[in-house]
Amino acid sequence: MDEEYDVVVLGTGLTECILSGLLSVEGKKVLHMDRNDYYGGDSASLNLTQLYRKFRPDQTPPTELGRDRDYAVDLVPKFIIASGELTKILVHTDVTRYLEFKQIAGSFVYRDGRISKVPSTEMEAVRSPLMGLFEKRRAKKFFEFLQNWKDEDPATHQGINLDTDSMKAVYEKFGLEPGTQDFIGHSMALYLDDDYITKPARPTYDRIVLYTSSMARYGKSPYIYPLYGLGELPQSFARLSAIYGGTYMLDKQIDEIVTDADGKFIGVRSGDETVKAKQVIGDPSYFGAGKDGGKLRVVEEGKVVRAICILKHPIPGTEDTDSVQIIIPQNQVGRRNDIYIAMVSSTHNVCAKDVYVAIVSTIVETERPEQEIAPGLQLLGPIYDKFISVSPLYTPTSDGKSDNIFVTRSYDATSHFETVVEDVQDVWKRVVGSDLVLKKREVEVEA
Amino acid sequence: MSKQLQFKLVLLGESAVGKSSLVLRFVKDQFDDYRESTIGAAFLTQTVALDDGTTVKFEIWDTAGQERYKSLAPMYYRNANCAVVVYDITQSASLEKARNWIRELQRQADPSIVIALCGNKSDLAARRQVTQEEAQKYAEEEGLMWAETSAKSGEGVSDIFTAIAKKLPTTAPPASRAGPGRAGTSAGRTGVDLNRQGAGASTEPCNC
Repeated sequence: MDEEYDVVVLGTGLTECILSGLLSVEGKKVLHMDRNDYYGGDSASLNLTQLYRKFRPDQTPPTELGRDRDYAVDLVPKFIIASGELTKILVHTDVTRYLEFKQIAGSFVYRDGRISKVPSTEMEAVRSPLMGLFEKRRAKKFFEFLQNWKDEDPATHQGINLDTDSMKAVYEKFGLEPGTQDFIGHSMALYLDDDYITKPARPTYDRIVLYTSSMARYGKSPYIYPLYGLGELPQSFARLSAIYGGTYMLDKQIDEIVTDADGKFIGVRSGDETVKAKQVIGDPSYFGAGKDGGKLRVVEEGKVVRAICILKHPIPGTEDTDSVQIIIPQNQVGRRNDIYIAMVSSTHNVCAKDVYVAIVSTIVETERPEQEIAPGLQLLGPIYDKFISVSPLYTPTSDGKSDNIFVTRSYDATSHFETVVEDVQDVWKRVVGSDLVLKKREVEVEA
Repeated sequence: MSKQLQFKLVLLGESAVGKSSLVLRFVKDQFDDYRESTIGAAFLTQTVALDDGTTVKFEIWDTAGQERYKSLAPMYYRNANCAVVVYDITQSASLEKARNWIRELQRQADPSIVIALCGNKSDLAARRQVTQEEAQKYAEEEGLMWAETSAKSGEGVSDIFTAIAKKLPTTAPPASRAGPGRAGTSAGRTGVDLNRQGAGASTEPCNC
């Protein structure tokens, strides 16, 4: 620890591990530490022993659940959207060689008391109970409009300006019913609330295009998922970092962020040792989040409630699929924010055979968060066991440019990793001083 | 037609016992006295041809230094078919560390993993601290393969890898060994291939 580093990274969540990997590839000397003895921080996947240690330290896992090592239970419910930015980073950095992906088998949406499959083919769309016959025609015109849109060709605009007209205006132009708007805005554009409706239509357009292109890529759903759980993602970027010279220290207590008289970063103290570096990057838990005393460098922007549910059966009404996303749009259950269900199973090597792991989550709106996810829990059928957590969402108070202290954001309630990549790009720009440009790694010489 | 099999091999052992040098000797038949830790190689591959016409391709994973502060990720052990646990015959403490790694493998890795204990730096036998008898006895007790090697002279290096290749199951279908699924190529993968670039990456017509 007596060496001096370019960057110290605290916490091995996905955001920090991608940054660590990219910085090492760039030639920076990186020291990466975590207080836990496992990789992944808040985006880890835990085995049963680790899961119980975290949620119920006084209990041991029931033997009925099977072998400890068969489990990799995600702490955050997210999938990888197939045509998104994370996929690009995975491919460009070549960490795909450490990972194997499977599709998430289905995407469902809750409407009028029951769940229906989000159509993934034209045939499914024709049969879908989500829209009546005339509404299907109107929706078809709407989607054709989106498909054919070309910025440079006004003939495709049908009088709409995506940058100034609101999404409300677009919905009205095509005469779409409120239920269809819910479906499009929440299960395709993946908005968590309805704030987008009154804003310019462009971001919604982009999000629908991301969804449909991701859906078209592999077929069953727009999502893919790494075998052995999401925790494989930070591990693979950590390996990338290590291969390019990054030093890893897990199970290392961080006692102090040391600064000079002006508050500028000097180093990180662990016990009697202080390691010096030019810059520090870390997740909110290393910068005062959730603790009294010490300098707070983060603020809470809200809370997410998550219930990790262990089931002994697939979710009813999902055609027994091995993995699924279910969205409960807020309007359907009288809320401001959507409720999400993400389920994976032994097909993804995250639990024993005949076990299914579903996470129900939403943004907290009341003093009784557990009750808020009840509509989601009710869809699951009998729940063998559940682990509930309420996690504050932290965001940094400063951009770090004046003190060389760069804090990442908590994992939000969105269903995929696009906001994580936005955070990576944002932190990168502040740390390095230029935009993140992905360069294809040179092909290794193989004997 | 001759059979081609692919296996994931992981290297373990204390820092500076010669793990990377051993691989460099095996894969490229080179040795560098002042070799720094490996930079930039996700894994190396080398093929061994057996007498019965079977060829065994090793996908060799280096620790990339993550073992130094006990920070190896579970991913490293995942689906490993074989492991070479290296100690330095001139450092008795390194055999102790090797024992720890073997316990770790028995805990974390697949129970069918083939483990070889490897006493490196046999060219420095004059400074030997670990006797052949001691290491061999331990290996027999634990059911491990054992050999001494010199990455510097090359002595014993290809022999130990060939011995491992012979000991690996050649009859089980590749899928059951899972390892090849993690290979650098898309062959043998059961899931989706992210590297498949194509129409899907652009904005496809909406399916709705």
